[in-house]
Amino acid sequence: MTPFSQAIVNDAANPYLIQPAIIVEKIREAEYIDTYRLRFVDEQVRRSYRFATGQFNMVYLFGVGEVAISVVSDPDEPESLDHTIRVVGRVTKAIAQLQPGDELGIRGPFGRGWPLESIRGKDIVIVTGGLGCAPVVGAIEYVFRRRSQYGAVKILHGVKTPHDLLFRERFDAWRRQPDTQVLLTSDEPDKTWHYHVGVVTELFEQVAVDPARTVVLMCGPEIMMRLGAPILIERGVPAAAIHVSLERHMECGIGLCGHCQMGPYFLCKDGPVMSYDRVAGFLGQSGV
Amino acid sequence: MKPVSEQTSALLPTSSLQRLIDLLQAKGHRVVAPTLRDGAVVWDTIRQVADLPVGWRDVQEPGRYRLENTGSAQVFGIVHGPQSLKPFTFAPREPLLQIERTKKGFSARPTLPQHENIAILGARVCDLAGLAVQDHIFLKDAHRDPYYEIRRAGLFLITVNCTRSLATCFCASMETGPRARSGFDLALTELEEVFLVEAGSEAGQEMVSALSLAPALTMHAHEADQQIKACAISQTRRLDRSQLPQALYDVHEHPRWDDVAARCLACGNCTMVCPTCFCHAVEETPDLAHQRSEHTRLWDSCFTQDHGYIHGKNIRPTIKDRYRMWLTHKLASWIDQFGSSGCVGCGRCITWCPVGIDLTEELAALMKPSTQAKEKPSQT
Repeated sequence: MTPFSQAIVNDAANPYLIQPAIIVEKIREAEYIDTYRLRFVDEQVRRSYRFATGQFNMVYLFGVGEVAISVVSDPDEPESLDHTIRVVGRVTKAIAQLQPGDELGIRGPFGRGWPLESIRGKDIVIVTGGLGCAPVVGAIEYVFRRRSQYGAVKILHGVKTPHDLLFRERFDAWRRQPDTQVLLTSDEPDKTWHYHVGVVTELFEQVAVDPARTVVLMCGPEIMMRLGAPILIERGVPAAAIHVSLERHMECGIGLCGHCQMGPYFLCKDGPVMSYDRVAGFLGQSGV
Repeated sequence: MKPVSEQTSALLPTSSLQRLIDLLQAKGHRVVAPTLRDGAVVWDTIRQVADLPVGWRDVQEPGRYRLENTGSAQVFGIVHGPQSLKPFTFAPREPLLQIERTKKGFSARPTLPQHENIAILGARVCDLAGLAVQDHIFLKDAHRDPYYEIRRAGLFLITVNCTRSLATCFCASMETGPRARSGFDLALTELEEVFLVEAGSEAGQEMVSALSLAPALTMHAHEADQQIKACAISQTRRLDRSQLPQALYDVHEHPRWDDVAARCLACGNCTMVCPTCFCHAVEETPDLAHQRSEHTRLWDSCFTQDHGYIHGKNIRPTIKDRYRMWLTHKLASWIDQFGSSGCVGCGRCITWCPVGIDLTEELAALMKPSTQAKEKPSQT
């Protein structure tokens, strides 16, 4: 007999099966960006579903398709499942039309998230750039909900124009946290901008870093990681203590469709959060 | 599956091949073999020896494929057609889910394929190697692919050891052929008026017993050995894997990529005929009433514009980017991902490339130190 002769397949083991989830709440974050609070329709799925911060789900809309979106809510409250979705393409545009009570589909969670448990007690430097950066918002909220378990927190956020600064209230709230520094910068400021002017890596000069106890979480354009990480390494932060959240097209979430490759990695299963030492050689390489 | 020693080999007279086909059918297998259609070889259901392309052989060169009738009695004279075994397990179009609209939302139901026993008569050794590579991808990871698994479970594989190489073959240098070592139920070697038969599995052994075949003599085994060895030696193409994977990562900026990009049409043929390429897209097809939707997996190719697309930008906008992605993945990153090369040396990508791009030649050129190798572009 061949070793394949007993192909017994049940639905529970089918990685393509989509579970319906109701939109309980739709929270406007900014123009074209909403957070969808979801609740699985199936009670058993609702009870058994677990995720880690930084993991993602394939979010499905009937008749339209799936898109990979990171989970931003707290893993200790898995029954409340939040995804912050920006309208960028065909599927997200259609999702934006939905209202509370409508259904989405969920398949996941997939991938490796932020190493938040193993970095307890460390100082955390968060470097983000661009619009929103939902994958790291979940990590920041996670840390602040367990504030005493972590050391100093420094949040460095760069935007192109002041108009691109989303989650203003969140930045203000984070700024009020103990032992926390929030620094903002804009490349192309207007008259209302009273923070730093320039790119986010320039903010590194304004923060004190104890390399031995610092962990860096980065999310944003790859060029920011490529230029930023070496500066931190120069200051003594080990490359393995720098974690970056990377983005590629994904259709399956389980390392089979081939679209999310970066060098030898499938970002859907080896990432989307990768330690910088593993990807340094591939960041910024054209066509990788 | 342990290789069966040559002492247990048996003889099936060429004139008795129909007995094997009949037995396979009696045991509930649909027998699929190479057949001729529109001047090419395609896998199709057969019922009798006459359905096989007896006396035909293929001539393959970069960008060229021709069939010719030699008038000989050779049953398996054709080495291979454009299709590997891939379509049997990783279906070109696989419906994954049927999704029905309900009052408030939807309900999804997996559309798993029906289990079907298919006996493949005439699989080549490089194709067994390709199948083993795909088994690793679809079945060895944390998430087993149930669609692949069901299709795979139904296969009974009868391979034919190669006694003739094509100009495009290089399995010997990939150590995947031309003799089958594992991964088959039965292996045939076609000799003068007789097949040397080896069982590679219990199911294969049962088949040999049921046919009550005469045991092979040493001279038959010796003759088969000689022919297979001669076939390996006759291969002129080879792929030097000694420096891989690292050497290919190291030549990311080699000028040869521009050279091959000027020839490559980005048609994706190489990925379609490749026994190991596994990229796919998932397509959503609602009906007109928007009441029912099909969630379907389709073969994709890294040569398409969409493959590297992510909102607002394309990771691989140029043909150079895409050819480099394909070759680097196939020969280098594949090793890091799955522990083996993504190439089995079947040579199909060379034959079916409309402009005859030969990956063995491209790799050799890339491995030559280039005096004009560009510096890595400086940070911008």
